[in-house]
Amino acid sequence: MYKYNDFDEAFVRERVAQFRAQVERRIDGSLTEDEFKPLRLMNGLYLQLHAYMLRVAIPYGTLSSRQMRQLAMIAERWDKGYGHFTTRQNIQYNWPKLNDVPDILEALADVEMHAIQTSGNTIRNVTADHFAGAAADEIADPRPVAELLRQWSTDHPEFQFLPRKFKIAVTGAPNDRAVTKAHDIGLRIVEKDGEQGFEVIVGGGLGRTPMIGKVIRDFLPKEDLLPYCEAIVSVYNLLGRRDNKYKARIKITVHEHGLDEIRRLVEERFALIRPTFSGVDQDILAGIEAQFAPPAFAEKSLAVGTDLGAGYRSWLDTNIAAHKRDDHAIVSISLKKHGATPGDATAAQMRVMADLAERYGYDELRISHEQNVILPHVHRADLPAIYSALRDADLATANIGLVSDIIACPGMDYCALATARSIPVAQEIATRFEELKLEHEIGPLKIKISGCINACGHHHVGHIGILGLDRAGVENYQITLGGDGTENAAIAERVGPGFAYDEITPAIERLVRAYLEHREGPEETFLQAYRRLGQAPFKAALYPESKERRDAA
Amino acid sequence: MSRSFTPKVVTANALLEGDAVWLTADDRWTRRLEEAELIEDEAHAQLRLLHAESQPDVVVGAYLADAKPGPNGPEPTHFRETFRTRGPSNYPHGKQTDETHV
Repeated sequence: MYKYNDFDEAFVRERVAQFRAQVERRIDGSLTEDEFKPLRLMNGLYLQLHAYMLRVAIPYGTLSSRQMRQLAMIAERWDKGYGHFTTRQNIQYNWPKLNDVPDILEALADVEMHAIQTSGNTIRNVTADHFAGAAADEIADPRPVAELLRQWSTDHPEFQFLPRKFKIAVTGAPNDRAVTKAHDIGLRIVEKDGEQGFEVIVGGGLGRTPMIGKVIRDFLPKEDLLPYCEAIVSVYNLLGRRDNKYKARIKITVHEHGLDEIRRLVEERFALIRPTFSGVDQDILAGIEAQFAPPAFAEKSLAVGTDLGAGYRSWLDTNIAAHKRDDHAIVSISLKKHGATPGDATAAQMRVMADLAERYGYDELRISHEQNVILPHVHRADLPAIYSALRDADLATANIGLVSDIIACPGMDYCALATARSIPVAQEIATRFEELKLEHEIGPLKIKISGCINACGHHHVGHIGILGLDRAGVENYQITLGGDGTENAAIAERVGPGFAYDEITPAIERLVRAYLEHREGPEETFLQAYRRLGQAPFKAALYPESKERRDAA
Repeated sequence: MSRSFTPKVVTANALLEGDAVWLTADDRWTRRLEEAELIEDEAHAQLRLLHAESQPDVVVGAYLADAKPGPNGPEPTHFRETFRTRGPSNYPHGKQTDETHV
């Protein structure tokens, strides 16, 4: 893992000291809220419906045990004993008090963490494949590049006041687990003639105008990454619209000017600035890469006949992914216990996960954009012990990738922007499918819920997407189908009129039952069935009354 | 014809805790909507909002929210404002906790 150098340490400490002074000046009245707001947002502090919210960056989703324990300590000391992991690999605290925030930031700095650029019109936390460095299908670990991008983008003087926020995701595997095509810049490590480079995707995004990113360069040499990204952001910084917040993201810039024109401008800018990159960035990258060397993998004999019962076998089926070493595995810890809040972990659970990572996982943890926690490197011999410990901490839910592994934004239970609640909808759907005991039969199915058009819950790329809206003062939920956040990214299509709060779970159940009825067999997933059948059978299941009306007519 | 004025309360978030507060008729900030001043007159509402905005060291983001009279005082008319009076629905946190301890 990357360790802060003296510069990083001094920079983060200085920002904490600055913010401490800013908070003092706000409280003593020297700063108005209008003056203070941009300063607090630069440090990840929002004001929500019931309290402040502090968004802490977890760069490329990677944490050490020590960092996870500190997150637990913060949750207990300054919050309400839990934290919320988000779809951007951040953690949010929902209840900090303004005058405690500088102390929280100081505690974060103690473990090489911060909340810088988790808000505002800047380059945000760089996200990456949560299986990075471990996945069997990986070409290269994307995290060194993500760290390089983090260092380049943090406090970059040219990019502190962009037209709008800017999000970068990196993957080193052909199976895209980082939703790169829904980011302002998506980077995929690819190989050409034995050389590694990047496929550069630009202009993807969700929100009110969802767009799939477009390939602006199909192969970018590795050493050109920073100047090329700088060229893209630089072109966007000048061209992006500042007249209308809703048209200010680069996806709109690319859409309005066309990919060819954007490419021409980017290449022109790239040619200009490329010579100014003397190679120092590549020296820095080499240093970073050394810090991401794989752990010294343990050699152990696999115990024969360890079987902890049906629950364990089910967990092995759903929560274990292929590691690049046959004797190791990737463990996904579900933060989606049926009926619980998606993405929430108590301080005690964080400590259990930290202990497991320390004891069995080479001290590494990851946060996924699907709001789960990953132990990326685990020897298969240790799986029974890990399962037992997780089960004791209520963390062994065997549902990764299934109908109850729902992404949900905080929605109107916390968020000031939300138009409807998301969390209780996720809780109710998960509880219902647990009652039905159907989810393993249903198989892979991604439900994603957003509580407003900004789409933090990624509903556009859910196999089933749910969007909560305010329709004349009442919560109303639109259903979209057929979205896909992988390398075959697709934006889901709206099916028809929305559903009331108490109608949404029955509607989802009808939808899933229609899939079970129409699928060719258990090997055909929901998404495959939808692509084969189109909307008709699902629409009929969602709106049986209108079918009856048509039949009667 | 202009739209008729619907009753309002002045609400904001407390500067230090960030929780929802409402302005009372006797110029206090209360954590309970029922104690708020229900304002029936548009001009008076604007004056009360100005008064709220003149206290940046106490509250943040003051605005006028729709409300209706109830047996114990003003009540919210929109679900967003209802949530602000009690807290999130996934945990017993926020004002709903405070009330159980009263």
